[in-house]
Amino acid sequence: MTLHDARGYRDAVESALADGCRFAGLHASAGGAVVHAALLDPDGTMRLESVRTEESTAPTLVDVAPAANWDEREAHDLYGVRFDGHEPLRPLVDHDLALSHWTVPMRGDDAYQVVVGPIHAGVIESGHFRFHVVGDRILHLDARLFYKHRGLERAAEGHTLAEGARYVGRACAACSVANGLAYAHACEESLGLESPSELARARTLLLELERVWSHLNDIAAVCAGVGLAAGNNLFAALTERARRLNADLTGHRFLFGGVAVGGSSLDLDAHAVGDAREELEAIGREAARGWRELQFSASFQDRLPNIGVVSRDDVDRLGTVGPSARAAGVAIDVRSVSPLLDYAGFECRLPDRPDGDVRARLEQRALELEQSIEVALPLLDGPVRPVAAAPGAAESTIGVGLVESARGATLCVVERDADRLRRVRLRTGSYANWPSVAYAATDNLLPDFPLINKSFELCYACADR
Amino acid sequence: MLTLLRDLRHLRRSIALPRAGRGRSLAVRHVDAGSCNGCEHELTLVSSPYYDLQRFGLGIVASPRHADLLLVTGPVTTRMREPLHTAYHAMPEPRLVAALGDCALGCNVLGADDELVGPVDTLLPVDLRIPGCPPTPETIATALLALVDRHREHDGA
Ligand code: SF4
Repeated sequence: MTLHDARGYRDAVESALADGCRFAGLHASAGGAVVHAALLDPDGTMRLESVRTEESTAPTLVDVAPAANWDEREAHDLYGVRFDGHEPLRPLVDHDLALSHWTVPMRGDDAYQVVVGPIHAGVIESGHFRFHVVGDRILHLDARLFYKHRGLERAAEGHTLAEGARYVGRACAACSVANGLAYAHACEESLGLESPSELARARTLLLELERVWSHLNDIAAVCAGVGLAAGNNLFAALTERARRLNADLTGHRFLFGGVAVGGSSLDLDAHAVGDAREELEAIGREAARGWRELQFSASFQDRLPNIGVVSRDDVDRLGTVGPSARAAGVAIDVRSVSPLLDYAGFECRLPDRPDGDVRARLEQRALELEQSIEVALPLLDGPVRPVAAAPGAAESTIGVGLVESARGATLCVVERDADRLRRVRLRTGSYANWPSVAYAATDNLLPDFPLINKSFELCYACADR
Repeated sequence: MLTLLRDLRHLRRSIALPRAGRGRSLAVRHVDAGSCNGCEHELTLVSSPYYDLQRFGLGIVASPRHADLLLVTGPVTTRMREPLHTAYHAMPEPRLVAALGDCALGCNVLGADDELVGPVDTLLPVDLRIPGCPPTPETIATALLALVDRHREHDGA
């Protein structure tokens, strides 16, 4: 971490971006006295460029890294930091301001608003969407989330690093392993702990099991979005099987408690891993068969192309991550630069036609599902035993962890005083991608929005915390 | 597509819930009042082929106006208190409320005190409690079916 003055901070961030770094997250700390920006080098190393705020003000990064938009708004709402040059600084977490503060004004003939949520029509998380439309065409979407804000980061402060894992895990069930792992890696970096290969193996296994059920669920969700009951039911049934497999292996269908700071207690004998291999292979076979069947459903396929497009350029500009970025042909995946996990030789796969539309995002899920199972199977060769992280590296009071969740790069930054948390920030793949959903909706038809939204299948809980 | 449908028929044979006809229906409106999304994920699978609660007349409806039961997840954040009340008051009477998951029940809740106003039973009269973190689809299905039965007996049907 390097602490700069305002000028030095801007220069450092700009030169990092010029070196090919990607913006990975920004947050306020020390009650708003400091702002940290995380930048990811293409080789996987993380730079933290920090600035001491002056009169609660820091220079903005949104002109050079538009992906910092949400982060700066959050730092303002929660820590009172103002960002010089970020105009208008709309509220994000703060719900107390009048409508005019957070919506984009739309004027013109026949323009009107369609307002949805926070409560939606199905079993869906709470969030509010304000569509500005002409007829059925969406001109602009203002998404207002944070209805589920539980103040988890703030509540975790002052607790021990070990207890902190519960708070981070609670952020989201669908990403509990990824979030927990980003947190554990951040804590372990700060504590100077290293991951022996057996620890890397156990954790990689959990992370891929999470991705398997999550991608199955997401394919089911797109089928449901189109109204294809047969596809939805088939992939929902496979999601159920994957969760049962999780429960067989770890005692919890969502792998809760599977990741701890400083080691892994996962204990699987030869019998358990053998059964798991068989079931995982079977799930893979069934999913592949179901996927092939979906190719032959013309009414389903007709709904998918050319809607909700996020292009390659948009990905770079908006900071889109995960399957949604790869579906646009951008080969970024934290797994290919994860020395702390068991991903030697990992290369992400991209669809043949990376058009960044709903079709490509769906195909990306199917590709990754197959690849996840390929990665997980060898990890089940032989028993898995409890293992502890080993001391050996240098300690510091701040640590960073970055993990590829089923929705994309998830960053966790931990600051500590001895063994107590001073600050923890979790920036999930969902958080990174919500602005892309709003952008993707633009110029599409309102009735296609549920499908576009499902093709990202982001968590609200992860973003709101 | 035919293969898909055949497979689904096969799946439906492997369910474990009682098959007795119940002769009643229950329209459910779900409200997420700040969950971690785990309860939602399990609730979604209650409609999947393994459980398939629709065949007992249980369904998720799009509006509280059509609902008999309000199924609430999460510890109730300050920001969801009002929408939750609005949904409840939009329901026709008689109406029932279920608290789904430990958070909704006020157990092991994590978060900042000033962001949370739950548990659900401090805000609404709770008729059904479904514990678990999250409760499995089987637990949810069993609890909802028991509720239907309880009300059938109560109505003397
Ligand atoms: S009860 Fe558990 S699964 Fe349900 S919302 Fe709370 S933490 Fe999540």
